[in-house]
Amino acid sequence: MVRVEFLGPIQKEALELEITNLNELAAILQKDEELKEWLDNCAVAVNDNLVASLECELKNGDKISLLPPVCGG
Amino acid sequence: MLHLYDGSLDVPKILKEWYEEEAQSNYGAYIPFVGTVRSEDGIDGLSFDIYEPILESWFKKWQEKAKQKSAVIKMAHSRGDVLLHESSYIAAVFSPKRRVALEFIDEFVEDFKASAPIWKYDLLNGERVYAKDRSTAIKGSGILGEKQ
Repeated sequence: MVRVEFLGPIQKEALELEITNLNELAAILQKDEELKEWLDNCAVAVNDNLVASLECELKNGDKISLLPPVCGG
Repeated sequence: MLHLYDGSLDVPKILKEWYEEEAQSNYGAYIPFVGTVRSEDGIDGLSFDIYEPILESWFKKWQEKAKQKSAVIKMAHSRGDVLLHESSYIAAVFSPKRRVALEFIDEFVEDFKASAPIWKYDLLNGERVYAKDRSTAIKGSGILGEKQ
């Protein structure tokens, strides 16, 4: 089971999913109408490290975070 | 050094603390940048969400870069609401000579705007409205989208 958290302005509760890589996550999230506007501009972190591609294996207990566009200051 | 506060920053206090921390460190330059909320577009203020784990690792990389230039970087930021004419952000560089600090603060603040996991909202009529148009997608964004 991995936990998927949606940060900042994405108003969505965290998900617990049985997946083993980010390609599976992409397929699941792309079916979610609420998330359509976010996926093309969100960064992805696995266990708080940003990842640059979907070629990332996941293991039980991993935490995935979706980070929408930022504006500090 | 990274400091996060609930609400607006006490700018004179923070700048004084940082000044005193480095007073005996033999730095020739102390260059602070203070970000203050301006009155525009009818807002009552701004509000911020921060994702601290990634902010901390991002900031650590900048501390290492500063160290390589014999400089020190410090930053303070607000969580939650900050009203008009209050300040939400301070960054400062200390370095032996001014040129390093002037260039470093510019690079740091630019990357802060593009990469630090902080989300800004306008406070408008008692509501928090995500400042989408002023926000920047973090480098590498979009891998989960259908455009990939």
